[in-house]
Amino acid sequence: MVPEPVRVLRRWQELDAVWTLELEPVKTGGRSFQPGQFNMLYVFGVGEVPISLSGDASETAALVHTVRGVGPVSNKLVALQPGDTVGLRGPFGVGWPMAAAEGSDVLIVAGGLGLAPLRPAIYHLMHHREKYGRVILLYGTRSPEDILYAGELAEWGERADLEVQITVDHAVSDWQGKIGVVPALLPTLDFDPEDTVAMVCGPEIMMRFTVNALRDAGVEDEAIFLSMERNMKCALGHCGHCQFGSTFVCKDGPVVSFDRVRGLLSLKEF
Amino acid sequence: MDDNEDASVITPDGLQCLLDVLTARGYEVIGPRLRDQAIVYDALSGIEELPVGWTDEQDGGHYRLKRRSDEALFGYAVGPHSWKRFLHPPRIPLWQAVRDDGQMRFVPVRDEPPRYAFLGVRACELAAMDIQDRVLLQGHYADPHYQSRRKRAFLVALNCSEAGGTCFCDSMNTGPDVREGYDLVLTELLDGEDHAFLVCSGSEEGEAVLAELPQEPATEAHLVAARAVVERTRSNMGRSMPQTAIPALLMDNLEHPRWAEVADRCLSCANCTMVCPTCFCTTMEDTSDLEGATAERSQRWDSCFTSDFSYIHGGSVRTSTRSRYRQWMTHKLATWVDQFGTSGCVGCGRCVTWCPVGIDITEEVRAIHDDVSSGGRE
Repeated sequence: MVPEPVRVLRRWQELDAVWTLELEPVKTGGRSFQPGQFNMLYVFGVGEVPISLSGDASETAALVHTVRGVGPVSNKLVALQPGDTVGLRGPFGVGWPMAAAEGSDVLIVAGGLGLAPLRPAIYHLMHHREKYGRVILLYGTRSPEDILYAGELAEWGERADLEVQITVDHAVSDWQGKIGVVPALLPTLDFDPEDTVAMVCGPEIMMRFTVNALRDAGVEDEAIFLSMERNMKCALGHCGHCQFGSTFVCKDGPVVSFDRVRGLLSLKEF
Repeated sequence: MDDNEDASVITPDGLQCLLDVLTARGYEVIGPRLRDQAIVYDALSGIEELPVGWTDEQDGGHYRLKRRSDEALFGYAVGPHSWKRFLHPPRIPLWQAVRDDGQMRFVPVRDEPPRYAFLGVRACELAAMDIQDRVLLQGHYADPHYQSRRKRAFLVALNCSEAGGTCFCDSMNTGPDVREGYDLVLTELLDGEDHAFLVCSGSEEGEAVLAELPQEPATEAHLVAARAVVERTRSNMGRSMPQTAIPALLMDNLEHPRWAEVADRCLSCANCTMVCPTCFCTTMEDTSDLEGATAERSQRWDSCFTSDFSYIHGGSVRTSTRSRYRQWMTHKLATWVDQFGTSGCVGCGRCVTWCPVGIDITEEVRAIHDDVSSGGRE
């Protein structure tokens, strides 16, 4: 329950109110994590929040977190300067099914900041490209100005072994790309639903519609993985806050297969 | 309760002796006492501090103390406290953060709980401890605060001689007879001027403590009388939980109109979760001094009935009372089974008694059950 002090090495702005922090443990060396896991970050006297790891899991020297400033803690996190220290506990939780997906095609569907917890999975796929079939990334966000990791997305789009499609909800006339919500890309996508593992992260409503589109396309519930978000205080399965049905999102998730939450995702205020 | 060949009988003086032996062995004895017109659990040094000759009257949203016609020491049902407040305390300081030169370091707060001896642990409460063990000890991470308190506690259990108006342990199969998980178990035998306690040990430590007490071997008559006490209690349960597959019933009816109806009455006050002996949710409280040099973190009881409980960026997931009551009850009776292999309810009735508007969990299950069995309302 006691955090470890970590120092901000570098920070850079991604979007309006969205910053990426590179953190380094003050005493111990780096620590490894699985794509999809998260850390609890503590700001002195203010509180602690779960933030997904968004860096490359094969580089353990620094821990990378992309944070949007929206609440009392995250607003302090995005204002941290290099050299500042915060508390860190983690990594926690069950990540993306990288091993189970070997041999299959991988379809990544991200909405908005939901690309952050998926980025370690994308890095992993690229490092072990030969172990996977087709890799498709569908990314949707509100407007061209809200595209996260835009530079990297452009690089990925250049790669022959990665298929990238980006769509925005609305745009002004200089946008040459797609317009529309990300689940709408699925019916037009040519892929093999029986041999595809889908990894989905974004706002809950986006995940709901994406799951519907994936199921309509013929992807099995057991092959659809979502990264859930709920309030978390302990990250150990004891505080009770993160429950979603019988799932403790902190320790049974945050990544869960859809069959585990079937019937619950569509319930209001569940 | 097993008919233990080694059962002994002690007098009320022998019970005082038990308190003395436990104290001499280094235990802090906690037991039922009268306070603020209720029977609560607190430190106990003599049996005269027990609620001698008192009982309670309980119903939905109703609790009154009454005089008994006898001098029973345990002639009442459970009150608003549960042993949870000692094993999983309402507030535990966890650590301090100290900042000097802009650097932060963390100093854990040392946790040195007393060794507790609990006097008068009911069968439902033993069941509740078993459930909290599963939640807090049996996952991949064991709560060290709970563990240090629980492992060292000495439990003097009690076969209930009085069922409360909101009790339903019989229908939850957790009582009223004590079955396992105790060091000693008592049954209060009161017949006119004859006042005695049948005692059996359930552990080595219990056996050693019992050996130090002045006692007589139990006779067949004592054993028969003790069985009669429990059977009378069993037949006097004020409530009963419908005997049906409750997890499926609730999870198949998450949009049932009854949730909105109960929400019209529910004040979302969190009393039910505070008095529940199995509710385990906590939050973290962060404070700092005015200089900004030290900050502290404490763990504190929390409730799924508060708005903050489900807060994520932008707002709470569960804003309505309907969704919070549904979360509480489906967790307690349904998803708890998936998570921990047992219902989260032991039938102690506290949530019914201490609900300010008298919402009754057994009645809520029955309402959905009866409605669904009769084909619904459409």
